[in-house]
Amino acid sequence: MSEFVPKPARPAPITEIGAIGWARKNLFSSIPNTVITLLTAYVLWSVLVPFLGWAFVNADWVGSSRADCTSGGACWVFISVRFNLFMYGFYPEDSYWRPNLAFILLIGFLIWLSIPRIPFKKLGAILALTVYPVLAYVLLYGGFGLEVIPTHRWGGLMLTLVLALIGIVVAIPIGVVLALGRRSEMPVIRMVCVIFIEFWRGVPLITILFMASVMLPLFFVGGTDADKLMRALIGIVMFQSAYMAEVVRGGLQALSKGQFEGADALGLSYWQKMFLVVLPQAMKIMIPGIVNTLISLFKDTSLIVIIGLLDILGMVRQALADPAWLGYPAEGYLFVAFMFWIFCFSMSRYSIYLENKLNTGHKR
Amino acid sequence: MCWSLRFCWAFLAVYGADYIMNPNNRNGLSRLFYNPTARSLFFQALILGLLLYFVMTIVGNVMTNLNQRGISTGFGFLSQPAGFGISQTLIEYNETFTFGRTFFVGLLNTLLVSFLGVIAATFLGVVVGISRISPNWLLRKISMVYVEILRNIPLLLQIFFWYYVVLQTLPRPRDSLSFGESIFINIRGVFVPKPVPDAGFSFYIALLVAAVVAVVALTIWAKRRMRDTGQQFPVFWTSIAILFGTAVIGFFITGRPIMLDYPELRGLNFRGGITILPELIALWFALTIYTSTYIGEIVRSGIESVSHGQTEACRALGLNEGHRMKLVILPQAMRVMIPPMTSQYLNLTKNSSLATAIGYPDLVSVFAGTTLNQTGQAIEIISMTMLVYLTISLLVSAFMNWFNRRVALVER
Amino acid sequence: MTQETGNIITLKNVNKWYGEFHVLKDINLDVKMGEKIVICGPSGSGKSTMIRCINHLEEHQEGDIIVDGVILNNDLKNIGQIRKEVGMVFQHFNLFPHLTVLQNCTLAPIWVKKMPQKEAEKIAMKFLERVKIPDQANKFPGQLSGGQQQRVAIARSLCMNPRVMLFDEPTSALDPEMIKEVLDVMVELAGEGMTMLCVTHEMGFAKKVADRVIFMDAGQIIEENDPESFFNNPQSERTKLFLSQVLGH
Ligand SMILES: Nc1ncnc2c1ncn2[C@@H]1O[C@H](COP(=O)(O)OP(=O)(O)OP(=O)(O)O)[C@@H](O)[C@H]1O
Ligand SMILES: [Mg+2]
Repeated sequence: MSEFVPKPARPAPITEIGAIGWARKNLFSSIPNTVITLLTAYVLWSVLVPFLGWAFVNADWVGSSRADCTSGGACWVFISVRFNLFMYGFYPEDSYWRPNLAFILLIGFLIWLSIPRIPFKKLGAILALTVYPVLAYVLLYGGFGLEVIPTHRWGGLMLTLVLALIGIVVAIPIGVVLALGRRSEMPVIRMVCVIFIEFWRGVPLITILFMASVMLPLFFVGGTDADKLMRALIGIVMFQSAYMAEVVRGGLQALSKGQFEGADALGLSYWQKMFLVVLPQAMKIMIPGIVNTLISLFKDTSLIVIIGLLDILGMVRQALADPAWLGYPAEGYLFVAFMFWIFCFSMSRYSIYLENKLNTGHKR
Repeated sequence: MCWSLRFCWAFLAVYGADYIMNPNNRNGLSRLFYNPTARSLFFQALILGLLLYFVMTIVGNVMTNLNQRGISTGFGFLSQPAGFGISQTLIEYNETFTFGRTFFVGLLNTLLVSFLGVIAATFLGVVVGISRISPNWLLRKISMVYVEILRNIPLLLQIFFWYYVVLQTLPRPRDSLSFGESIFINIRGVFVPKPVPDAGFSFYIALLVAAVVAVVALTIWAKRRMRDTGQQFPVFWTSIAILFGTAVIGFFITGRPIMLDYPELRGLNFRGGITILPELIALWFALTIYTSTYIGEIVRSGIESVSHGQTEACRALGLNEGHRMKLVILPQAMRVMIPPMTSQYLNLTKNSSLATAIGYPDLVSVFAGTTLNQTGQAIEIISMTMLVYLTISLLVSAFMNWFNRRVALVER
Repeated sequence: MTQETGNIITLKNVNKWYGEFHVLKDINLDVKMGEKIVICGPSGSGKSTMIRCINHLEEHQEGDIIVDGVILNNDLKNIGQIRKEVGMVFQHFNLFPHLTVLQNCTLAPIWVKKMPQKEAEKIAMKFLERVKIPDQANKFPGQLSGGQQQRVAIARSLCMNPRVMLFDEPTSALDPEMIKEVLDVMVELAGEGMTMLCVTHEMGFAKKVADRVIFMDAGQIIEENDPESFFNNPQSERTKLFLSQVLGH
């Protein structure tokens, strides 16, 4: 009887491993594949090289007027000269510290709430949802000794962020109520919620913004001079809460029936069941969906340009129309695109990270 | 965080909503209140009442406001002459037509750009989706970068970029790019020859119809033959050959029944032919590219949703790659893909309303824009516009429900 | 070529790597026409990989695999040829969920063998009767039990009239009461003289039908013998240990 000694493993043939193996498998595995590789590489090369040359190598970065743009590449001076306008709109310069502070606080809260290792999440959530909005409102708008800065002077990236954040924070509770209503056993409630949700989801945001800006003033007695920003916000919140309701509904559906039945079996009332058992669990499942909604909302805020509010896109467009700076639309639009992209891309990464975490959590 | 939140919920639940319904402190009246049916009825009536009150208030306010401003209500304005021109009209239209007509002109323009967008976005999206799972690493990465960049930039911005940056680099009419002296491209748009029917046109159409009938017959015949004898027939390529051949040969046999009206440079711009507006091109490109990133992801996940085991089973049975796709992978992937795909089409249609930002004369731009400004009938016009989109949405979701019910896999 | 050896499958010094990982090490195996071979071994030893190389679901890097005189290389024609001769049954059935049982069975005959539909259906019904589920022909796979699904999968392979059948743990995803109905079909098939290579841990089945039992570990064939000697008198320490674990409890 022999002792089993496995044969020593031999290294794989050189064509299977390392850079050669990788390239053979991923780039040149067949004739069509090789053709595709060469073609794509060529296209990539012929697009990327001129673009990088224009945007970086030949670009002008410093200066104060268009006369400083001489090298024939991109004129980033256009951006740097008006950077503050793009960020804050017509917010008075000596008060920039106020939105800055609000923004830093926001980042602080976000870090607190989104990084799992930091403790006292409860306190953070409560502060973020109660104290912070008041504080941010006072900081941005004024009052309590701070100079009042009316909303028509708000603009730029600051306005984009304000719209997106208020939109999402107000839309979540409305969305929860709508979603619960849609699952209600009372037919009237269900009908009302379904009609509400499907109406806002069925029409383009732009028509809602038109509605908010031309129809809404007619709804109130003498309230025709309601704040323009406020009107846009109402439209955005209506639109967003309908989508949020669908996210919440998805979260509720993902919960197993056993959770509902278990709560019923314990004799919990409807509200106890929802608030003690169902929503806390569903919330976890919903967070990626909420982040995705936030991403679309963030992109959608750019539409307020059409009704004449000046978010970052609006500010840039206004700058482009300045006779002193004609002829730099590529720089302007690329800059805005880059700003939006940074925010949306990082949010989408975060949402993917959450989804993965959730998946592994469920498998266990 | 979990526990603390739960505590908050508990507080709300126990002391908030349930306080009044607590059975321990009931009296005669609240016994009725505690009866579930009565409670539910009461609650619904309450909500309905509140809602009614709310709507009545708004209607009342609107009436007062309109009276104060001296704006008349109703749809009478639809039959008044519009008095403004529209840069692209698919049906006959000029300044003397009514506001009602502008509605249809705008609607048709919306449908046109949506239709073009859906076709192109589907095509591009499928290419992107397949590239995302290609065995070629470079293609995979590039398509990933394409998706990640373009869907994280607002559509409106992309429309502006095409319109104000890319299309602005085109030459002036005088220096148009010209293709065979019949197609011209310049900053005012793309000018292509317009086909005009000539003598023998109906005969030519009859020929084409005959060709289509022949192709249908061929398809049926090939199917029958395959069922009975097992022999396969290259229906697809033969059909293309028949259609194309008839179109070309028939054209000459019937004595060239289509004349072309070529665009010509007259003064500062081109006359004649068909003008494709730069607004349409910018909108179309942006909608197509933006939507293709979403469709690409749908296609990718649709194909990936079919388990690898299906591919292995096909291979083990000796099916070739084409048959594997056509008979096994696509039919299964389609079920997963079609519902989100339809909602992307719907999104594209709704997004086409961004036309108003660059002045493409779509429904929102012509009707909710110009017409509204001229008439001031905000309520009527916005409602009509919204109703159009709502109808489209409802039709599409009705289709989707029907489809889902039809193709749902039979499970135990 | 086959005539001189009388073998339907020949593996000569087959080596395979997954990246850096050496999965199959110098595998040599000859399978005669009509022979029934059971392959067993611990998890991860390369059993699946080996039989999947035989119909080129996996590609080997060194050595030769010859099936019915056709040498397996990257030539698509040869691969197609071999796949027509070799049927395979998977652990997880891999039925096509969007097609009925009957359509599952006729798909390949119609599209690969270009058989008329009527004829393909007749043959499919014949094999569905063989696996004892003709009454389920118009149901969808999702409506069948695991055991029934696996029998459909066997019928589906048989419809291509293969000369060799490969089984990769056909019963290990099934509940005990369903295992028997599948094994019964396989025993019957063996009785009809089909050449079979079967990866399984059903030792009862091995004793009953196998002409040869092959034991693999760490990518090698360690021992091959007739079932009698294999179970009663294993040659290597490793086999003994494995058998004691499989049969032990
Ligand atoms: N696609 C793959 N890529 C990399 N490694 C793989 C791949 N497939 C299998 N392996 C590895 O190859 C080895 C042999 O796998 P194989 O599936 O052949 O084992 P097995 O003997 O069939 O085991 P089991 O009884 O668990 O099915 C395992 O170590 C496995 O991890
Ligand atoms: Mg295995």
